Amino acid sequence: MPESHELETIEIQLLLEGMFRYYGFDFRNYALASLKRRIWNTIRSERLTTVSALQEKVLHNPAYLDRLLLDISVNVTAMFRDPSFYISFRNKVVPLLRTYPFIRIWHAGCSTGEEVYSMAILLQEEGLYDRCRIYATDMNELVLKTAKMGIFPLKQMQEYTQLYHQAGGKKAFSEYYTAAYENAIFRSSLKENIVFAHHNLATDNSFNEFNVILCRNVMIYFNSHLQERVHKLFYESLGMFGVLGLGHQESLIFTPYEKYYEAIESSDKLYRRVK
Amino acid sequence: MKNTMKQLKVAINSTAELNKNNFEIVVVGTSLGGLQALTVMLADLPQSFPLPVVIVQHRHKSSQDRLTDVLQQQSSLQITEAQDKEEIVPGRVYLAPADYHLLIESPSDEELSLYENDFTEWGSVAVESIHNSKSLIPNRGTPKFALSTEAPVCYARPSIDVLFESAADAFGEKVIGIILTGANSDGSEGLAKIKAEGGLTFVEEPASALCGTMPASAIANVEVDWILPLSKIAPCLVNLLTIKN
Repeated sequence: MPESHELETIEIQLLLEGMFRYYGFDFRNYALASLKRRIWNTIRSERLTTVSALQEKVLHNPAYLDRLLLDISVNVTAMFRDPSFYISFRNKVVPLLRTYPFIRIWHAGCSTGEEVYSMAILLQEEGLYDRCRIYATDMNELVLKTAKMGIFPLKQMQEYTQLYHQAGGKKAFSEYYTAAYENAIFRSSLKENIVFAHHNLATDNSFNEFNVILCRNVMIYFNSHLQERVHKLFYESLGMFGVLGLGHQESLIFTPYEKYYEAIESSDKLYRRVK
Repeated sequence: MKNTMKQLKVAINSTAELNKNNFEIVVVGTSLGGLQALTVMLADLPQSFPLPVVIVQHRHKSSQDRLTDVLQQQSSLQITEAQDKEEIVPGRVYLAPADYHLLIESPSDEELSLYENDFTEWGSVAVESIHNSKSLIPNRGTPKFALSTEAPVCYARPSIDVLFESAADAFGEKVIGIILTGANSDGSEGLAKIKAEGGLTFVEEPASALCGTMPASAIANVEVDWILPLSKIAPCLVNLLTIKN
């Protein structure tokens, strides 16, 4: 079905171009294979049949835009996701951070915040939190709202407790939250040095110089062009010897910025800027 | 069994016809019993195997790289877990990492944006068109993997359907899709898409599979090209791809 492929590609181009030009949300350089799946999921859940029909709705009715934005930005996250990453961070990165009087961390694409609170817990346990400022950013206002609240479903705490201990956690995990009805409300001291802010990696620029940038499983949704843009942004935003943390299956090897970094722990995708 | 052998002969006789497809990639999906089945299949693929083989094996989300190590012991092909944006290289075996969907990104799609026209970064290694020749979009560079952590499909992440559908999208008729032993219906939709795009479909014979549910579901959903016992699948593939013209 070459025609329909071609037509589908054109329709998606037009949808993305329209969203960018009318609303300023730029998905034009997202990785297409998975973006296409998510667009079609939205089309089906809105009971439409074509990309063009979705485009008509989205451009004329902002309510559709909000739903589409939620559907096509993937907000899957968990506290202490990939526990070995946190162990490597404790063992290899924390000693570096101890040498700084003040530590600026950028958590780019923080989604609903679970991984930001995980990092805050780790830094508290290592006695570094008071010296830290964590900038947690996402392009999606709705998920940022959730992140700011620091309230997560209580039913997930069993799994998170397990992951916390696998990640080298030093206390009883329940010390960090209060259970209320169906929710776990995290201690407000964890939030004290976190700044939640809107930032779009596809369109916005750097806003500070950082000692650590964490961006895990965010760039997998971007195509090579956009990944390159973001790696440039991160490179320019990291101070010398600053640390970059990526997702478990992401690699600097496939980017032109590889040469500026050395691996701190390559299996956990922790790198340090050396040039 | 006789029928199967006959099928196999037909398969080999029609090789010249099939080679017009110039297959570019083999995708494999399996769940329960997959480790054993993959071990058998990979052991029969020679070092000279000309295509990349991409495998989704359902597994627990916290399972580590051990699957790669176990399979590597049985195979003369290099086996790795696919990384995001890794280029897909012929003669290599790639496993979908635990807890991620694995997709194939066609190089032309990377150039989707209307405003960007700079192809230089793809270098001079232009690969032969992997799309239908009617496609208006020029193909440059090599297809790559893309990962996703979006919701499980058929309770599975990685999902076979997700891999197969993206392979059919990126490679059209040049895909060979294989469903092996398994306990649910994941893969059936994806195999149907491969077939619809003109690709070639194999399913392990349900009766002799460790768990026949997944093969049977695929057979019910797709007019499968070959239904073979596990031990015949790799030899048939090798024949198909090595007898030229």
